[in-house]
Amino acid sequence: MELKDLISQKLESNFPEAELEYSEYRGELNIKFNKKFVNSICKFLKQDSELEFLLCEDVTAVDWAKRKNRFTVVYHIFSLKHNFRLVLKADVDESDCSIDTVSSVWKTSDWQERETYDMYGIKFNNHPDLRRIYMPEEFEYYPLRKDFPLMGIPGSLPLPKK
Amino acid sequence: MDRLTKDDVHPKILQKLLEDTDLSIEDALENEMILNMGPQHPATHGVLRLLLRLDGETVVGCVPDVGYLHRGYEKMAENMSYYEFIPHTDRLDYISPMANNVAWVLAVEKLAGIEVPVRAQFIRMIVAELARIASHLVAIGSFAMDVGALTVFLWTLREREKILDIWDILCGARFTNSYTRIGGVANDAQPEALAKVKWFVDQLDDNLAECEKLLNTNRIFIERLDGIGVISKEDALSYGYTGPNLRASGVEFDLRRATPYLQYDKVDFRIPTFTEGDSLARYFVRADEVRESAKIVRQVLQLMTPGEIKSNLPKQVLPQKAEVYSKMEELIHDFMIVNFGINPPVGEVYHAIEGSKGELGFYLVSKGEGHPWKCKIRSPSFIHIQSLPHLVKGRMISDVVAIIGSIDPIMGEADK
Amino acid sequence: MGLEAKLDSDGFLVTQLDTVVAWARKNSVYPMPMGISCCAIEMMAAADPKYDIARFGSEVMRFTPRQCDLMIVAGTVTYKMSHVVRKIYEQMPDPKWVIAMGACTSTGGMYRSYSVVQGIDQFLPVDVYLAGCPPRPDNLLNALIQIQNKIGRTRAKDFQNLKLPELNVIQNN
Repeated sequence: MELKDLISQKLESNFPEAELEYSEYRGELNIKFNKKFVNSICKFLKQDSELEFLLCEDVTAVDWAKRKNRFTVVYHIFSLKHNFRLVLKADVDESDCSIDTVSSVWKTSDWQERETYDMYGIKFNNHPDLRRIYMPEEFEYYPLRKDFPLMGIPGSLPLPKK
Repeated sequence: MDRLTKDDVHPKILQKLLEDTDLSIEDALENEMILNMGPQHPATHGVLRLLLRLDGETVVGCVPDVGYLHRGYEKMAENMSYYEFIPHTDRLDYISPMANNVAWVLAVEKLAGIEVPVRAQFIRMIVAELARIASHLVAIGSFAMDVGALTVFLWTLREREKILDIWDILCGARFTNSYTRIGGVANDAQPEALAKVKWFVDQLDDNLAECEKLLNTNRIFIERLDGIGVISKEDALSYGYTGPNLRASGVEFDLRRATPYLQYDKVDFRIPTFTEGDSLARYFVRADEVRESAKIVRQVLQLMTPGEIKSNLPKQVLPQKAEVYSKMEELIHDFMIVNFGINPPVGEVYHAIEGSKGELGFYLVSKGEGHPWKCKIRSPSFIHIQSLPHLVKGRMISDVVAIIGSIDPIMGEADK
Repeated sequence: MGLEAKLDSDGFLVTQLDTVVAWARKNSVYPMPMGISCCAIEMMAAADPKYDIARFGSEVMRFTPRQCDLMIVAGTVTYKMSHVVRKIYEQMPDPKWVIAMGACTSTGGMYRSYSVVQGIDQFLPVDVYLAGCPPRPDNLLNALIQIQNKIGRTRAKDFQNLKLPELNVIQNN
């Protein structure tokens, strides 16, 4: 069986309620699901002996500005066994701007999630150390949101006295 | 130096530093030692800041603080066209700018579905491998300098200068090259540049052996690194290690082999792998990789044949400058691309290459406009710095310097 | 200098103390390499055998600000970093000079974004601005020569009657 079918079949049988949606673009398989299942799906994909997605390459988010579910959190995971990259997605709405952390599954997503929090303001539940990573702790805005201007908000970052 | 006071460190960082104790912050500042290393420190390779909690000379806690070089690349990418961003990729991993150029254009080409002529792919391979050599030379040199062997640094920098001279001939800039273009490269590789590449890779082995002789038989160097900063295979994968650092922990994983891009499936090379996972193994992997890269360059020089260096897609690929000045069609296309961009179809792709530090990936989301809707840079250094607390815990303070040198972070790409 | 070999007894030279001090000072500038990003690599290249900054008496890069009189700010200064740069500048003993190396330190350069300071002269006094992104090592040597000329023109009276706060900084550090 082809790997893409195997993944979808396994996910369908284990997570029937996760509202799985599949799409493919330029050979990359994208799977979208309900954000409640993020932790269990990731854990399953890592631990399943036929799949073994041991490497979490990237965690980030996309701000769609005017869409109903404003943000999409995107995970890129890689299976060394099959040399295959899988894209996982979960929608997050602005009114409930939070999603479960996967830092218990892959340690690397600790900082990746901190970065996403710093840039988009998406809170990761149960994260061990959720604080800003690039911007100073006192900074109030989330720079990669589409409503944040490129040149920033004047006076939001202080300069030392001359 | 001034004593560190409570005002210098943000309470949240202090809290993280003391998380596994019941010490209060005042107590810790009085009794244990909290050492602020960086952001201006010669051994942190840029502006990395570490807060170390010390018991005597032993590190019991470490909290890295990054972001001192956060320049807002991802936001800037959303506000400029795909072509405009090429010079910016130079300044991500500024030790190997060519590799970043290649990574960016490959991601954009995947997004827009552009095929690139074979000769251009070979030229890209040469420059990417030369970038890897340059990066590893600096890594080895500055690593040796961090643990006290200054001479090697001058020698490896001498070799690196030769690569910069090649780039100078190839594209007119020695450091920030911006040589690749979407759909090809800026100009064809001149015969004299290729001759110099050949001369360089032929003499590299001897000169590298000279540097290695100085280090591999040096008892101080070996003993300061052997068994320092060990990370197991499982931890390395869980921390998201890629590149030389992962291969030093015994995982034979290389994106050039795993997901071949360009023409890497046509060349023969070995993936140097060590199982120890300590600082010394990371040094050995880098030294071996320099040789493998030279081997790849030699093969590519053999395989290369004359041909086109840009694909013929007037709506997406910039025409040659000489044609812009002499032909009306090309002038119009140039104007359209520069002013309105290349407008790739709606979609999103992630493309990663084996950069010199590890997996360098770009995640691009297009809404069919001239500029990306979202651009995420997956930088290996950022991921590697994250594991520092794990590596330095329980070691002596002088080992911290060696460990930072061995994982070779570049803050330009870590902070973006 | 070869001159003393021609002398058959003790030689002497009549000059002003000021001139001698300025001459000695200008030929032994100790740089404080405030290496932040890409320019720092070119600054390193200026110290390597090919460009050899030692020819100008400045090869002693001191990483502690206490021993330096020239700060080379090499690389993009962000708002988060600006406080550190200013603090290190204040820790340097007087008299001191600053080179803003590269486009982003001078004006913000190609970084028109929310986190980059658009020119370090907003919080530091700069003596020489250096063009290029990054400048070639030869260009850095050129800037060093300019600074040397500037130092050569200084006289003792330039450093007298300094404002009190600045002296306080020197004593407290």
